[in-house]
Amino acid sequence: MPWAGDAEAVNAGRLNRAPSPVLARSVPWLVVAFGSILQTLPLIASAPVMPPFGFLFLLAWRQLRPGLLPVWAGLPLGMVDDLYSGQPFGSAMLLWSLAMIAFELLEARFPWRSYLVDWLVAGGVIVAYLVLAATIARASGAVIVLAPQLVVSVLVFPLAERFIALCDRTRLWRFRTG
Amino acid sequence: MAPPNARRTGFSKRAQYTTFFGYLAAIAGGVFGALLLVVSLLDPSAFASLRGLAADAAAPAGRAVAVGRTGTQTALSDLWGYFTWGPRVARMNRELEVTRVQLAEARATADENRRLKALLGLSAAEARPVAFARLINSTASSPRRYATLSVGRDHGVVTGMPVRSPEGVVGRVLEVADHTARVLLITDPESLVPVMRARDGVPAFAQGRGDGALQLRLINLGLNPLKPGDVFVTSGSGGIYLPGMAIGVVVSLTRDGAVARVLSDPTQSAYVAVYPAYAAAAQMPEALVPVAEAPPMPPKKKKKAKAAAEAQ
Repeated sequence: MPWAGDAEAVNAGRLNRAPSPVLARSVPWLVVAFGSILQTLPLIASAPVMPPFGFLFLLAWRQLRPGLLPVWAGLPLGMVDDLYSGQPFGSAMLLWSLAMIAFELLEARFPWRSYLVDWLVAGGVIVAYLVLAATIARASGAVIVLAPQLVVSVLVFPLAERFIALCDRTRLWRFRTG
Repeated sequence: MAPPNARRTGFSKRAQYTTFFGYLAAIAGGVFGALLLVVSLLDPSAFASLRGLAADAAAPAGRAVAVGRTGTQTALSDLWGYFTWGPRVARMNRELEVTRVQLAEARATADENRRLKALLGLSAAEARPVAFARLINSTASSPRRYATLSVGRDHGVVTGMPVRSPEGVVGRVLEVADHTARVLLITDPESLVPVMRARDGVPAFAQGRGDGALQLRLINLGLNPLKPGDVFVTSGSGGIYLPGMAIGVVVSLTRDGAVARVLSDPTQSAYVAVYPAYAAAAQMPEALVPVAEAPPMPPKKKKKAKAAAEAQ
């Protein structure tokens, strides 16, 4: 319809179409689990270098869409991560649950934030998570070995958020209803 | 942006209960995770079957990516080869001449060895690979160094088998699932390989440092006889690794040993071979009994031991 106005075109795309509730609810969980598997795939690493994508995706969902993942989401998603990450089983379950509770408290305390503050907070949580995870795995000489991973993880976080924003749009994709 | 305040639930009892139980579940989740963590720290192989199932489920993706990974590396090295081929061919020709002579000498030595062994009545350990496989993924975001093999119980792989690439030792099989196996790489902080200097058999332990290098700890303390450039091979004690597999080259010295570079970089090896455990191959399986891993010490005790050592 070359003569249709913008509003009409949008409405034409939306008539008889509705987001699928299954997709809308499952995508956040699937994407975080996908991140946990993704971090093991690209290279056979001889040092911890990949950012913990599962955790980054969880934080990004939490910050972009607060309330979409429940507070207790750290337990099941952490279990998936533990199965693939090589950490002792239970470490991500504990740390991810703590992170979700910490974010909830933080949000209640500081409801107005800027993007920079969000990034700083996420960066702090990521650094704390990686250092605690290394301590739990009892890696000797951890801090020096971890340094590149810490820097990369904090810098990659905005990109992870970009990816999650993309997933969030596909989550509400409208399907023809009849 | 201000988030929607989910904590302010108003007068709806249902909303109040949902929020309350959400927090309760989150705290219970953390406690549950901590309990499982304690269990798995006390017994590292506690959830092996669960991990095996998960690894089997993700294996197809790993196999697909492994092919692409090798392809990318080959393409990059091909590209680099165009710039460096001239001097390299000349150097390789020179090396080939030298190596031909050395090969002839080595053949003679091998013959002599065989004759002498026959004379003594020693049976040579026959080591044929059990399976060839790809490393399909690794724990790239954790300080622990595990990799997953693309073969498992279906190819006869069992726990304790050494894994090597053409360049040297890669690690040993830690957990086996139906179609995959988990390998403890030699660079893992908890991997300990008995090694010796290739030249004269100075014994040492090679412990991973978690950053891709090995820490060599000499067994006979005293003067440090190592020099940068020394090549270390497995010594065969412990009964897992066949003796004489190359493992690393010394790059710098420390107080009680040296730091070695790993010869067989698992990032570079497209295929690896799984061998039977040395003791089983040499028909002395009783040697394998004491190899069973002692549970690792909790970190607190280590610190105490260190403090005690410093105090003395």
